[in-house]
Amino acid sequence: MSVGAPAPTVAAGTPPPGDRSAPAGPPAGRRPRRIALLPSAVLLLGALYCLIPVTWVLIASTKAGRELFSTFTFLPGTGLWGNISDLSAYRDGVYWTWMANSALYAGVGALLSTAVSAFAGYALAMYRFRGRESIFNVLLAGVLMPPVILAVPQYLLMAQVGLAGTRWSVLLPVVLSPYGIYLARIYAAAAVPRDVVESGRIDGAGEWRIFRSIGLPMMLPGLVTVFLFQFVAIWNNFLLPYIMLSDDERFPITLGLFTLLNQGASAPALYTLVITGSLLAILPLIALFLVIQRFWSLDLLSGAVKS
Amino acid sequence: MNTPVKTPDSSAAGASAPTAPRTRRVRGARVGGPRSAPYAFLLPAVLLFVAFFALPIGYAVWLSFRKVEVQGLGLGSGGRREVWAGLSNYAGALTDPELLAGALRVLGYGMIVVPTMLGLALLFALMLDADRVAGRRFARLTIFLPYAVPGVIAALLWGFLYLPSVSPLHFALDRLGLPQPDLLGGGALFIALSNIAVWGGTGFNMIVIYTALRAIPPEIYEAARLDGCSQRQIAWRIKIPMVAPSLVLTFFFSVIATLQVFNEPTTLRPLTNNLSTTWSPLMKVYQDAFVRGNIHSAAATAVIIALVTLVLSFGFLRLANSRTRQEESR
Repeated sequence: MSVGAPAPTVAAGTPPPGDRSAPAGPPAGRRPRRIALLPSAVLLLGALYCLIPVTWVLIASTKAGRELFSTFTFLPGTGLWGNISDLSAYRDGVYWTWMANSALYAGVGALLSTAVSAFAGYALAMYRFRGRESIFNVLLAGVLMPPVILAVPQYLLMAQVGLAGTRWSVLLPVVLSPYGIYLARIYAAAAVPRDVVESGRIDGAGEWRIFRSIGLPMMLPGLVTVFLFQFVAIWNNFLLPYIMLSDDERFPITLGLFTLLNQGASAPALYTLVITGSLLAILPLIALFLVIQRFWSLDLLSGAVKS
Repeated sequence: MNTPVKTPDSSAAGASAPTAPRTRRVRGARVGGPRSAPYAFLLPAVLLFVAFFALPIGYAVWLSFRKVEVQGLGLGSGGRREVWAGLSNYAGALTDPELLAGALRVLGYGMIVVPTMLGLALLFALMLDADRVAGRRFARLTIFLPYAVPGVIAALLWGFLYLPSVSPLHFALDRLGLPQPDLLGGGALFIALSNIAVWGGTGFNMIVIYTALRAIPPEIYEAARLDGCSQRQIAWRIKIPMVAPSLVLTFFFSVIATLQVFNEPTTLRPLTNNLSTTWSPLMKVYQDAFVRGNIHSAAATAVIIALVTLVLSFGFLRLANSRTRQEESR
């Protein structure tokens, strides 16, 4: 597939250098450690494409209200601190309530989800029992369910037990993560040696104790991945809170910014708040990934057990 | 240690549970552990599955066969009651031109998103895997970065970049004296929406494919190089066929995610008049259920979408399986 199709900016950029250095071989007299130009250029273009909106929001959030539509897009403005304090002052700091809500939903939700996935993945990987594969398949089929077919009846059922609109209504449905269970099963099968578990049994340890003192520590690196995956999934979730919540004191950041943008359609002054809010909302996760990639490999996300 | 392990564990383990600790010890030492343990570990997942997956799905199916009948003026407690509707909600949904139109829009959108996103993901993964690449770590992390940006915020940022008064593209075209396209209308709207999905999804898929590439044993490349294969031939003839299972997997999940598109068009709506509230089938379900208040017809539409997803998924998995089997038997 072509590089240019989705990104006007990439297509408009300089084409990758034509010389395919790799098969040509190094010219005599130079060390063979030449950089492969084509792959490097392609990757650079890809990286630039991915940075466009991030760079833009970084710059746009420095613009005061009037500058946003009047100065050149990539020209920094003068109003970053003004924008941040405007945002914090907006409706008594509701923005920070949204951030705290997102942190609460994503943090608690991911933690519970990791625990449930760890139990289930450990059981599926370490025991042979009747119905193992069918339980696994049924749990996995949950991935295929469109969220809306779940969310609409989930809302109606929650409403019947009086939970719709509460924090529980966005927290409980995300605890079960089919992909988390799938990952946990792979990690448990790869990381927990069966003979150690067996010798634990011979020494008379109960199953729970074996799980806690042998299984859990060995699965831990994999479980960090499950946690991250779920944290990002819940942090990014929009549909469920959109359906469940009506009181904006309980909104997560995605829903909060969406409502702010909606109001901005009639009051463009809010646009600067939306933009600054977006920047502040993506910074925590970007920082998280930048920090964590030093000791955690992205490959783990796709179920790779060795990195 | 005084107990000879002669108990045939399969029948004795369950039956001897309440007896002396002596037997329990034997039971504990049963190969594979006691029988109830895996079920206990699975209990939280199964309970959650029943409460938040099975029950809602069953409820949606039940609702889809019901309808509200209004008697008289529809006032008072007996004015509205739920009755059996048979297949009428389904007939209504399937003959609704707006649902069909939405399905076609999503089809068009998916035909742009899936090939572009996976093509780019494969391209970037191959480039990351090539020799002597500069800035590998930087590129890998940066291309992955959009994964950490919520879909709503991605749509919001791109949405601003599409606005003529803000967009650098419009600025450049203006300087060059060229006509300015309307990125949020007509056919360009599809590209604009697809771009958001491609931007957000390429990195994750790239990581999946790249992981598979790195699992290929390097001896294979050595052998190919000795046979005189160029880098490009190695990529086409060895790398791509060997990561085919990952490509199948990413394709599968991309198609499912595309069918469920909701966040991006919903977020872009405040910025343009060209996105209807029923642009995608899921948006129509939301609209029917919560704006028009017809949960029964919304449930029928939701069930239809779920069925289409399931049929596509299983059909695709069967196709993929038979392909792999053919490959293996060759």
